[in-house]
Amino acid sequence: MTLVYGEKQLPPAPIATASSDTIQTASWRTFRPVIDLTKCTKCNICWKFCPDDAIGFDDRGYPVIRLGYCKGCGICAEECNPEAIEMIQEP
Amino acid sequence: MPKLVLSGNSAQSYAVKLARVQVVAAYPITPQTSIVEKIADFVSSGKLDAQYIKVESEHSALQASLSAAGLGARVYTATSSQGILLMHELLHWAAGARTPIIMGVANRGVAAPWTIETDHTDTIAQRDTGWIQYYAESNQEVLDTVLQAFRIAEDPSVRLPAMINEDAFFLTHTVEPVDVPEQELVDRFLPPRPDIGVLKIGRRNRLGSFCGPELYMEFRHQVARAMEAAKGVARDTEAEYARLTGRDHGGALPTYRTEDADAVLITMGTASTTARAVVDTMRADGRRVGFAKLRRFRPFPVDELRDLAASVDRIGVVDRSFTFGAMGAAATEVSAALYGSSHRPLVTDFVAGLGGRDLDPASVRSLFEVLLSASPPEVSWPGLKTGEEVTTHG
Repeated sequence: MTLVYGEKQLPPAPIATASSDTIQTASWRTFRPVIDLTKCTKCNICWKFCPDDAIGFDDRGYPVIRLGYCKGCGICAEECNPEAIEMIQEP
Repeated sequence: MPKLVLSGNSAQSYAVKLARVQVVAAYPITPQTSIVEKIADFVSSGKLDAQYIKVESEHSALQASLSAAGLGARVYTATSSQGILLMHELLHWAAGARTPIIMGVANRGVAAPWTIETDHTDTIAQRDTGWIQYYAESNQEVLDTVLQAFRIAEDPSVRLPAMINEDAFFLTHTVEPVDVPEQELVDRFLPPRPDIGVLKIGRRNRLGSFCGPELYMEFRHQVARAMEAAKGVARDTEAEYARLTGRDHGGALPTYRTEDADAVLITMGTASTTARAVVDTMRADGRRVGFAKLRRFRPFPVDELRDLAASVDRIGVVDRSFTFGAMGAAATEVSAALYGSSHRPLVTDFVAGLGGRDLDPASVRSLFEVLLSASPPEVSWPGLKTGEEVTTHG
């Protein structure tokens, strides 16, 4: 069955009832950041500069790229002091 | 009902107190400032139990207002001129998010050049934002219309913000006796805001919603329908207000001596008082003239205009603003409304009274004379100083 939504089914005002956390927003990335953990100093600069919410942390405190949100802008790689992040072209 | 001597600005403040507004977020600007100063007095002295949010700009004032209104609070703010221009982005937001904020606006010209005097450009430039717009003629009308606006804006079928506009200095800083209704009477007319919470505490929801092409038009059409619904709600609201207070401001387009008139002048705001007096003078001379006050600009009173036009052959519209490259907005919309009517009177646009230029009885009478002349121009700027006569300024 196809559900057809129209004006009658809309809420009384355009509000979001889900957090953007539940919506993946980065399917169009061209380059992805790859972190070399042997060079990473856990300084968190990448997390601080990421304009989205695309840097998380593993249980040892190392940054992890959340690819569902990373658009591949490369700011983390540019700002990383020990140059531990490399931008690799997506296949 | 106590009578107080109030400025238009104080009339706004007293209406806010009587409406038991819960949140006020505002930024000062001449000639609005004394509205929010007076409200601050009411809050600090305990006469109004409201949260008063001081902000760093008009943009932030409206953002704070729409967030509070989104949560269900009764909200008021006020601004003028450059301030409402800075709010422009969030005016669209407030209407689109269906937050029934009430805002007082002191109609003041916009730069350049700088001016602080009466002109309607600031609010006319906001006519596409989805706000209901009233233009007041007197301080009494300011107070009454602010109270009515809360009822109209908060009605579940409307849920749109509204601005109550008053001419700079002519109303904002001029005092006259105003009937201030008793609190008990206002409480009956305007109970606490109905629970039409867009947002709810404890539920995951936020105003910053995104919508794709598949439903954006439907959300915008909801606003269009709400604006249409406001016409009937306004009529009922004003009827009930009149029953409780004995005061009726005549709806969206009150008319004066228009029956059998050869020509009718349409004005907005304080020019209306002068036009009414000029009509009386000219009628005494045997001239058949009348006038109508465009009290509500949004939603635009198309039906009322067509009723008026049915028996009139010439309509002059006084625009206290100008849309460069076209004509004044009121004349444009009057013409558009009448194009679809069975009887189409001649419409003449008078661009007059900009930046506080006085519209005295003599100049309003001259508008009637042009309107009644053999071939009135489509658009004119009467009284413009061409420099061909020497005029001394200052």
